[in-house]
Amino acid sequence: MTARSDALFLPAGQPTEARPALRLPGDLAIWWFILAELLVFGVFFVAYAFARANNVELFNAEQAALDRDAGAINTALLLASSYLVVRAVQLAEAGRSRAAAPWILGAIACGLGFVAVKLWEYAIKLGEGVSLASSTFHMFYISLTFFHFMHVLLGLVILGALWVNARSGRYGPDNMNGIETGAAYWHMVDLVWLILFPLVYVMR
Amino acid sequence: MKYKTQAVAMPYFIAAIALFVGQIIFGMIMGLQYVVGDFLFPEIPFNVARMVHTNLLIVWLLFGFMGAAYYLVPEEAETELYSPKLALALFWIFLAAGALTILGYLFVPYATLAAATGNDILATMGREFLEQPLPTKIGIVVVALAFLFNITMTMLKGRKTVISIVLLLGLWGLAIFFLFAFYNPSNLVKDKFYWWWVVHLWVEGVWELIMAALLAFVLIKVTGVDREVIEKWLYVIITLALVTGIIGTGHHYFWIGTPAYWQWLGSIFSALEPIPFFAMTVFAFNMVNRRRREHPNKAAVLWALGTGVMAFLGAGVWGFLHTLAPVNYFTHGSQITAAHGHMAFYGAYVMVVITIISYAMPIMRGRAANSERAQVVEMWSFWIMTISMVFITLFLTAAGILQVWLQRVADTPMPFMMAQDQVQLFYWMRQWAGVTFFIGLVTYLVSFFIKGETKPAMEYKPATA
Repeated sequence: MTARSDALFLPAGQPTEARPALRLPGDLAIWWFILAELLVFGVFFVAYAFARANNVELFNAEQAALDRDAGAINTALLLASSYLVVRAVQLAEAGRSRAAAPWILGAIACGLGFVAVKLWEYAIKLGEGVSLASSTFHMFYISLTFFHFMHVLLGLVILGALWVNARSGRYGPDNMNGIETGAAYWHMVDLVWLILFPLVYVMR
Repeated sequence: MKYKTQAVAMPYFIAAIALFVGQIIFGMIMGLQYVVGDFLFPEIPFNVARMVHTNLLIVWLLFGFMGAAYYLVPEEAETELYSPKLALALFWIFLAAGALTILGYLFVPYATLAAATGNDILATMGREFLEQPLPTKIGIVVVALAFLFNITMTMLKGRKTVISIVLLLGLWGLAIFFLFAFYNPSNLVKDKFYWWWVVHLWVEGVWELIMAALLAFVLIKVTGVDREVIEKWLYVIITLALVTGIIGTGHHYFWIGTPAYWQWLGSIFSALEPIPFFAMTVFAFNMVNRRRREHPNKAAVLWALGTGVMAFLGAGVWGFLHTLAPVNYFTHGSQITAAHGHMAFYGAYVMVVITIISYAMPIMRGRAANSERAQVVEMWSFWIMTISMVFITLFLTAAGILQVWLQRVADTPMPFMMAQDQVQLFYWMRQWAGVTFFIGLVTYLVSFFIKGETKPAMEYKPATA
């Protein structure tokens, strides 16, 4: 992995032949998809920034009412799950597909933890009368986190498929496409949260 | 043709083209009525001409989609159609119902038509694009269900490919969302809210799946690119279409009395709706560039590439122009909307139906492709119609910008009809572009009757399909 990623940061003017062959982990199609998804979230974040700039006080006041601890726990859960997925990919690349399975299961457990914390948070917020229509900040809070939440659910389905395949020993150095593709998607879900959490819960 | 029951697509395609001609004739009548207000009054008032123009469009595209499905599904499923007799019966029922409806619009006052067809029992009429009398609406549902039964059974007894699954998903969605045509709450906000579930979720939702599937089918056939590659693209395109398109419905909810958050949700998601169309453009060109065979039907390849480009321009770019709430505040319901509507429908749905007709029709007539002379004429018709449509769109856009300025932005805004007087020049130019479009359409019809040397349709080996 490191050798390949280093190739992205070679100093300019390096003769091209000297570069190790660049290889995109996973399927090209998932990268198109990830770029499109990042664009959707990116547009959402920009819209949030504009809306906040017009309404800084309201945004700060309502942001303070959010449960930052729940957000922090969820951040830790997603980071941990991404680490577990990385370990699983490394094991698969080393030809130990079956050994990778428990790591994926661990990642799924973290993901489910995220879902549980999020649902608990939603239940409290909705009980307090927060809704899409209650304020512009709440509209962004609910839309952004729920849109991300749906991605977590899809990611869990994908991880589930990876787990089943890993258990049956399907992955190995010659067959990395599936697991790398799924892992790339999961890291995207994690990455988006790493921007979403400080933006919506913390930054003021 | 691999399976003889695919031939039921032929009458559907012929009817589609005939109704297309009718649609354009009524388009020219309306175009003239914009500048010569009493043209054909009182025989064909503007509102009736408009209803016929838009309803014919929808009906002929439905004929095209059904014909395409009857052609495509047996070939993909590698089996004969479940019931060709049912398909033919449905054809005549749908054609008769469609013709009666149009004649009703033309010869019976709309209120009388409503009273005579049970609109007092279940009021569904009087809404733009959903003007059909109740029996026609019920007929559409019955025909759609029987049609879906027929092709679903065909797929279930044969090979299930991604292309036919996506196509069926789109067609089922089409039928399901049409059911909201029967839901007409008395609250005007709710009425409009669900009305868009038919109109928007058709053209910016499930129809995109149909379009992507038809395009993918033709591209596999004319380029010989691996099915696996094309299927992957199909997954990406339909996911993007649904992710952006479903919540994108919100761009119709800005000013109709729905909660204000729709201005954000509608703007954000619909701003991204061009992405799946852009992906389709890249997809089409990419596949043609990677082609592994030179298919003799150059005209079909041209239509396939054309639909990729024009759908992106018409639906993607012209849609984005006025989709953000702060812009739409000024532009909604103006000629900008008309400009977008024309190019989007032509680029996405008219052209994709012509693509499949262009590919399938010669094969159904026993040859791999039309003679070179016929193809040259067909390609001329492509360019005449497409360039005319570009000009129709540009003139309407100019008219729209001027209209919005005079009527909504200027310091002393003009009333609607006075602003209309000021944009007459653009309406005249649009009318001439429309007449040129009709010439292109006649050229297209002529191309079907040009003979010349052709090769017999080759039978594809199943291994390469």
